[in-house]
Amino acid sequence: MNPWLRGLIYAVVVTNVFLTITAWSIWFERKFSGRMQSRLGPTFYGPMGLLQPVVDGIKLIQKEFLIPINADRLLFVIAPPLTVVLALGTAAVVPFGADIIAADLDIGVLYLLALGSLTIIPVWMSGWSSNNKYAMLGAMRAVAQGVSYEIPLVLASLVPVILAGSMSLSDIVRFQIKHGWFAFWPPGPGFFAFLFFLPASLAEANRIPFDIPEAESELIAGVSTEYTGMGFGLLYLAEYLHTLVISAVASVLFFGGWDGPFAPGLHWMVLKTLGLFAGIFWVRWSLVRFRSDQLMSICWRYLVPGGLILVMSAGLWVHFHRGGG
Amino acid sequence: MEMIPHVAKARRRANPYLDLGSYDPEADLMVLNLGPQHPSTHGVFRLKLYLDGEIIVKVVPFVGYLHRGVEKLCEKLTMVQLIPIFDKNDYVSPMMNEQSLVMAFEALLGIEVPRRARYVRTLLAELQRIASHLLWLGAFAMDLGGALGGGSTLFMYCFRERELILDVFEDLTGCRFHYNTHMIGGNRHDVPAGWATKVHAAINAIETRLPEYETFLITNDIYIERTRGVGVVDGQLSMDLGITGPVLRAGGVDHDLRRDAPYHCYDEIEVRVATATAGDCEARAAVRMAEIRESIRLVRELIDNIPEGPLGARKPIKTPLAEKATQGHAYAAVESPRGELGIYVIGGGDNKGASPYRLKIRAPSLHVLGCLPYILPGHSVSDAVAVLGSVDPIMGEVDR
Repeated sequence: MNPWLRGLIYAVVVTNVFLTITAWSIWFERKFSGRMQSRLGPTFYGPMGLLQPVVDGIKLIQKEFLIPINADRLLFVIAPPLTVVLALGTAAVVPFGADIIAADLDIGVLYLLALGSLTIIPVWMSGWSSNNKYAMLGAMRAVAQGVSYEIPLVLASLVPVILAGSMSLSDIVRFQIKHGWFAFWPPGPGFFAFLFFLPASLAEANRIPFDIPEAESELIAGVSTEYTGMGFGLLYLAEYLHTLVISAVASVLFFGGWDGPFAPGLHWMVLKTLGLFAGIFWVRWSLVRFRSDQLMSICWRYLVPGGLILVMSAGLWVHFHRGGG
Repeated sequence: MEMIPHVAKARRRANPYLDLGSYDPEADLMVLNLGPQHPSTHGVFRLKLYLDGEIIVKVVPFVGYLHRGVEKLCEKLTMVQLIPIFDKNDYVSPMMNEQSLVMAFEALLGIEVPRRARYVRTLLAELQRIASHLLWLGAFAMDLGGALGGGSTLFMYCFRERELILDVFEDLTGCRFHYNTHMIGGNRHDVPAGWATKVHAAINAIETRLPEYETFLITNDIYIERTRGVGVVDGQLSMDLGITGPVLRAGGVDHDLRRDAPYHCYDEIEVRVATATAGDCEARAAVRMAEIRESIRLVRELIDNIPEGPLGARKPIKTPLAEKATQGHAYAAVESPRGELGIYVIGGGDNKGASPYRLKIRAPSLHVLGCLPYILPGHSVSDAVAVLGSVDPIMGEVDR
């Protein structure tokens, strides 16, 4: 098959699948949080409120996209689509099965991290162009947080890369199928790397307890304060998309991706991703948030030195266990 | 984690009259209007914050966005008509408002309240305190954790528990919120049959769930990081500004009207006053949690021992002009969940003396807000929200 055609088909499929999963993950989160808070969650549209995302989408599309009079129009308009594009772009290299992968890059992890760190730029664009003090404070926090947490995220992701000896995500999974999941084997670096990866990636995706850029009790809605209609919808969608991709990447890097008995690989991959996703929701709906400076000190005092130690220990394990690799 | 520098600096008292001219006009000092429409200003409070980056340099609080002219209204309506109006002042603890008002009128008119009515009033006051503090806990969690996060989970739980007390009140008065159950000289609604069982059930449910909430919020590490050493209101500052209630007690001053100037039947029961010394957000929260427990204990003590006897000093009043005072003045104060809620009234106003000549509400929340310019400088915007949540202002009573 023509590689361009193949790429196009995969792009369409990945985009649609991820957007659909994301839309219904919003339903899932609302239902989940509802049950946590002894409420029912959405019930009106469809059985168990399953059509709620559709209705939400229609509502957001119908609403006027207001541009504040003093806003930087160009930046204000392109920022929300850009966040979604970047979040979807990261989805391209995530393998959902032995052959189900849009682009099996040799440098998958690098690509993922690079694109992930780019997401700060549209956030800053939206915050700055809104010409709103709350949005700007939120954007400032987002950039500070994004830049800081990039480092522990990279360090934690390096551990599976070192252990597997490859930057390709599917190679990492194949290595885990052969030698055991990195979260459990080798004991130590892999598991702790997961423990570091999760908060760092939560901070990248601006989820509680690291959601200070849009801390709605302080900054109204942070960067999305001035956005209405689909502009807000896209920013909202990108956040969920980002979280979903993070869960998928975490399950690939630390939980063996599509590896699992009895069922086809795709099932296992989806199961692991949604399990981690639900775990992130659980954290979100049970914790209060940090203050921005505390967030920074957690990153620079604990996560960065700890990450360096983890990378070193992974290197040592590879060196001694496999006789110099 | 030890104290970060700017929080440690904030322990020194800031000067609220700081002249901003001393700042370099070229420097990036940003003015941020926190409120009046803001998710965490508890209504329509406005804080004008001068920010250096995210650190607050100067604070100017503005009140009055919810001004409804209640004190002026008091000069036009008659005393009997005023009681339901006062439910709307501190809309989180309406019982306290009614009680302070009728106590002032009773003092003005020289009416002795029967013992049974005083017991019922004490009971209602303590139940109301539990409900009010539960609402505070939920709102505080929401300020710290956001409406779309862990904070709202605790908020929902607290509202569920508060609902139990509102149900109990509904059984007694027929209303869930604006009760109008107090009359000059007694209470309007007698305790219905089987009410004590319901109260016991509600109190037990709340008590069994309190440890859960403490695990959820009060003992959580993130919560401690956010509140310890933040917004210190020491006892001296509290006394200088006339702050009362949990904020004063959290600063180490052992003062509670229920024990120090007993009203109702507080002279017949022992109130164990909870205090703390740190004066920060954590201490204020700890004092309030202890007060919930103490109120639960008091309710248990009171509910089975309501004495027999009449519920009012006279027959229920039918007409607005029934109570008249041509002269005199009186002050009565109750310990509301927010502090000393006092009513000063001068008799002999309109309607041939059936209206007060002048009525002044001493609202504890207003005094508490006065501390913000002193304690907020040096903190960040996030801390401002946490401090505002921890002092628990109710704008309905601040602005009247």
